Amino acid sequence: MRQKCTVGDRCFCDNLCNLWIALLGNMRMAKVPKFHTVGKAEWKVDGLALATGRAQFTADFEMRDLLHARLLYSPHAHALIKKIDTSRAEKLAGVRAILTWKDLPRVIHTTAGQGAPEPSPYDTFLLDNKVRFVGDRVCAVAADSPEIADEAISLINVEYEVLPAVLDPSKAMRPGAPVIHDEKEARVLIHTPFNPARNQAAGVNVRIGDVGKGIAEADFVFDNEYETHYAQHCPIETHVVITYLDESGRLVIRTSTQVPFHVRRIVARVLGIPVSSVRVIKPRIGGGFGAKQEVLLEGICAALTLKTGKPVKLAYLRAEEFISSRTRHPQRIRLRSGVRKNGDITSLDLRVLMNTGAYGAHALTVICNTGSKTLPLVHCPNIAFSGDSVYTNLPVGGAYRGYGATQGYAALGIQIDEMARAIGMDPVEFYRRNHIRAGETSPVFRALGEGKAGVEMVIGTCGLDECLKRGAREIGWGRKRGKPGAGPVKRGIGMVCLMQGSSIPEVDMGAATIKMNDDGSFNLLVGATDLGTGSDTVLAQIAAEVLSVPLKNIIVYSSDTDMTPFDVGAYASSTTYLSGMAVKKAAEQARDEILSVAAEMFYARKEDAVLVNGEVHVGGKKVSLSRIAHHSLYERNQRQIMGAASHITHKSPPPFAAHFAEVLVDTETGKVTVVKYVAAVDCGVAVNPPLAEGQCEGAVLNGISFALTEEFLFDERGRLLNPDFNYYKIFSARDLPEIKTILIPTYEPSGPYGAKSISEININGPITAISNAIFDAVGIRLRKTPFTPECVLKNLSI
Amino acid sequence: MLLKVKINGENKVLKIAAGERLLDLLRREGYFSVKEGCRQGNCGACVVLLDGRPVNSCMVFAARCEGREIITTEGLGTPAHPHPLQEAFVNAGAVQCGYCTPGMILSSQALLAENPAPSVEEIKTALDGNLCRCTGYVKIIKAIQDAAKMHRGG
Repeated sequence: MRQKCTVGDRCFCDNLCNLWIALLGNMRMAKVPKFHTVGKAEWKVDGLALATGRAQFTADFEMRDLLHARLLYSPHAHALIKKIDTSRAEKLAGVRAILTWKDLPRVIHTTAGQGAPEPSPYDTFLLDNKVRFVGDRVCAVAADSPEIADEAISLINVEYEVLPAVLDPSKAMRPGAPVIHDEKEARVLIHTPFNPARNQAAGVNVRIGDVGKGIAEADFVFDNEYETHYAQHCPIETHVVITYLDESGRLVIRTSTQVPFHVRRIVARVLGIPVSSVRVIKPRIGGGFGAKQEVLLEGICAALTLKTGKPVKLAYLRAEEFISSRTRHPQRIRLRSGVRKNGDITSLDLRVLMNTGAYGAHALTVICNTGSKTLPLVHCPNIAFSGDSVYTNLPVGGAYRGYGATQGYAALGIQIDEMARAIGMDPVEFYRRNHIRAGETSPVFRALGEGKAGVEMVIGTCGLDECLKRGAREIGWGRKRGKPGAGPVKRGIGMVCLMQGSSIPEVDMGAATIKMNDDGSFNLLVGATDLGTGSDTVLAQIAAEVLSVPLKNIIVYSSDTDMTPFDVGAYASSTTYLSGMAVKKAAEQARDEILSVAAEMFYARKEDAVLVNGEVHVGGKKVSLSRIAHHSLYERNQRQIMGAASHITHKSPPPFAAHFAEVLVDTETGKVTVVKYVAAVDCGVAVNPPLAEGQCEGAVLNGISFALTEEFLFDERGRLLNPDFNYYKIFSARDLPEIKTILIPTYEPSGPYGAKSISEININGPITAISNAIFDAVGIRLRKTPFTPECVLKNLSI
Repeated sequence: MLLKVKINGENKVLKIAAGERLLDLLRREGYFSVKEGCRQGNCGACVVLLDGRPVNSCMVFAARCEGREIITTEGLGTPAHPHPLQEAFVNAGAVQCGYCTPGMILSSQALLAENPAPSVEEIKTALDGNLCRCTGYVKIIKAIQDAAKMHRGG
C-alpha cells in the first residue's frame, strides 16, 4: 500500500510526479486555459423548450388506447398473503388486467439501478406472497381510466396473516427478531457480508493502523452517537412510466429514470425476455436526486403491457412516492476519535448501523460511502470503519444525493467541531491543518470501494484552502463567531469541510457517438442521462469546445437504448467527469476526420491542417466546416465524419467544499432559522458556471430543509402518517435564506477540460454546519436530526 | 356537459365530465405544460392563470370555469418567440428539470402584472405555493428580478 505522501513542512514524497501535481493542485489555478464555450454561461440546450412548456416529459405523450395502472399496497408492516380475491374487480367494466404474485415469474432481483453484477442484495420480486412494509406491493391493475383502476383496487380482498414486525433497527439483528427475508432465493452476487437470517442486508469492516494505539496517543478522546433520519427525495415529477409494444412487438419503456440501460437489463431479466426485445427511452425528467436510480415501476408496468398487449401508464401519486418509493437510509453512527493538543487526529473509529428498510436497495454501497467519502478528508493514521445495513419493516432506503456521505458528515463534521473546541483551535484552522491535499493519498481509497475494494488514488487537485479562505471571509467568520448576543434569539455560526467523488473508478462507463451533418452541425448521441441537471448542455459544450463550433451546432440526444451508446446513468457524480470525457474523445475523433478531409480537399498533409474558430486552416487557405461536410458526404472519397468513444476512469477525483452557516436560535420557541449559508466549492473547472451554481444551491437548500423540517412520522405499526407536502415540509421560496455559492476553480488533469463533479457534495454540509452553528449560538450539541423546535427546546432545557 | 372557456386567447367549447378537475381537462386537451405534482394543491406544478390570477388547476373544478379565461405557459410564448419571463428564466439558469417552471412562470407573471417592481420578499411570498426541488429558488428569484427590470426598461 502506498504510504501517505505529503508535501510542504511535513515530509517529502519520493514521487516527483506527485510532488508536481501537489504544487500545482493545491494552488488556486490562476491560469485556467481559455476556452470558447467551456466555462461560459451558455443557455441550457433544452431551456426554452422547458420554459415555454413544450418539452415532453414521460406523461406528456399521447397514446391511443392507453390503459392506466394502479397498485394495491400492504396495510401491514409484515404479513403473509393467504388469499387474494380479485373476482369482484375482474367483473368491473373497463378492467383489463389484474396481476398478483401468482401471475408473474418469480425472479429474484434488486431494484437498485447499478452496474452488473449489482452490489445490492437480490431480495425482491415483482410481486410476492409476503409483504414486508406498509406500502409493499400486493397486486397491480390496468384499466381504461385511473378512476376505474382505483375502483378495481378497492374491490380486491386480501387475506393476510400478520407477522411480528421489526421497526427498530437496533433490534433487527438481535437473536429471535422476526426474519424479514426468509425466502430461499435471497442472495448476493458478490463476496460481501449478507445474513438475512439475522436481518443483515450488508456489512462493512475496514481497519487501517491501530485505533487503540491512536486513542492511547491522544490528549482528548471523543465518543458520541449521531443519528440521521428518513427523508424522501421529493422530485416534483413523481415516478412515472409508459410501456407499449412497437410495430414489431418489441417492448418500449418510456420512463422517468436516471438509469435507462440498467432498466433495460433488469426488466429483461425479470420478465424473462431478451435485452434485444426491450427499448428504454428517457424523455425529459422532472428531477430524481437518486430516487430514479431505481428500477421501480418499469417491470410491473411492462408485465401489464405484455398481458394486455396495450400501452399502459403507471404514475405514482404523491402519497405513493412517499410510501412506496425510496428514501434516504437513516443511520446511527458511533464515532470514537482521538486528537492531540496540537490538532493531530490520532484515531477515527466510525461504526454505522444503517436501516435499509424492507429491501436492501443500495444497502452495501451507501454504507461504504459513509466511510469512503468522509474519512479521507482528514489525515489520520489509525482508522476503523465498520457497520451493518439491517432490514426492518419500514420504507426502503435507496440512492439519495450524497449517498451515505450526508450521513457520515453528520458525525465526522460535528465531532471535528467538538475536537477543535476542546483543544482551543478555530475549526477553520483545524481543517486547514488536517485536510488532505493534492499529491497525497489516503489508505481509505484503496480499502473501501463500492461493493469491492477501492482504487488507490493520488489527489490531483484540492482547492480547499481557498474554499476555507473565501468562505470564511464571505460569512464573516472571525467577526461573528462566539457572539450569540443578548435577548432570547441567539445568533451563531458553524462550518464544515466536505469531499465527494467523481464517478465510480473502474466500475462506471460512459460512451458517446457524434456525426457531422451537411451544414457543419453535429448530432451528439450520449447514453448519459439528463434528469434536469443540465448534462445535455454540459456535454454539448464539451463537444462544441473540441470542434470549435457554437453550442447551437451541437444537437444532443440522450438516453435511448436503441439509439445512443451505453452509459451507466446519472449517479455517483459521474456525468460531467466520466461521460464528458467520452464525449471529448468522440469529438476528437470527428475533429481528426475533419482535418483529414480538409487536407484531402487541398492535397495537403493532415498535419498541416488546424481547426480554428469553426474553420480549418490548411495550405494557406481557410475552409468552413459546412464545406468540409458537404465534400465528405457528396463529392469525393465520400464518408461519414464521425466519432465513437467510451470512457472509464481509474480515479474518482473528489470535489471539495467548505460550508458556513449563520443561524438564529429562538430560545423561547426552539425555532432555528438559517439566515445565511455560504458554500465555497472546488469542482474543478465549471463547464457551465450558472448550472454548477444551480447544482450547489439546490443541494444546499435540500440539505437545509432535511436538517430542519423534513421528517417521516410513523405510528406504532409502521405506517407513515405524513405522506404529503402539507405535513412533510420541504422548503419553499419563502423559507429561503441567503445562499452564496463561491466556485473555486482548479484544473483537474484527468477530467474533461479540468472538470470534476458538483452534483452531490453540497447536500452534505447543512446538517453539520447548522448543528455547529446552533452550538455556537446556544451551547447545545445536537447530534440527532432533524433540528425541529421540539428537539431544540428539549435540549435547551436539559 | 359542455364548457365554454377561453384558453390562451382561443374560444373553446369543451366536453367535460362531472367533477373533472381543470388540471385533467387541460392535459386532456393537450396543454401539457400544466404538470401534475401532487393533486392536492400543495406543489404549484399545475398553476394556470384563471382570469389573470394564479390557481392550482388540480383544485379547480372544470365546471367552475364557464365563461372564464385561462392562460397556460404555452400561451405566454414559444421557443421561437419566448415571453420575457421565459427568456429571463433560461438566461438566469432558473430552469433545471423544468417541471415546476411553467407554474413558476405563471405565478411570476401574475405577480409582475400587479407589482412591476417587487422586492425579494414579495417575490418569495408570491412563489410560496410553487415548490421546486432542483434550484433552491436562488436563480428563480434572480430571473424574476431581471424580467422586472427589463420590463421597466432598466
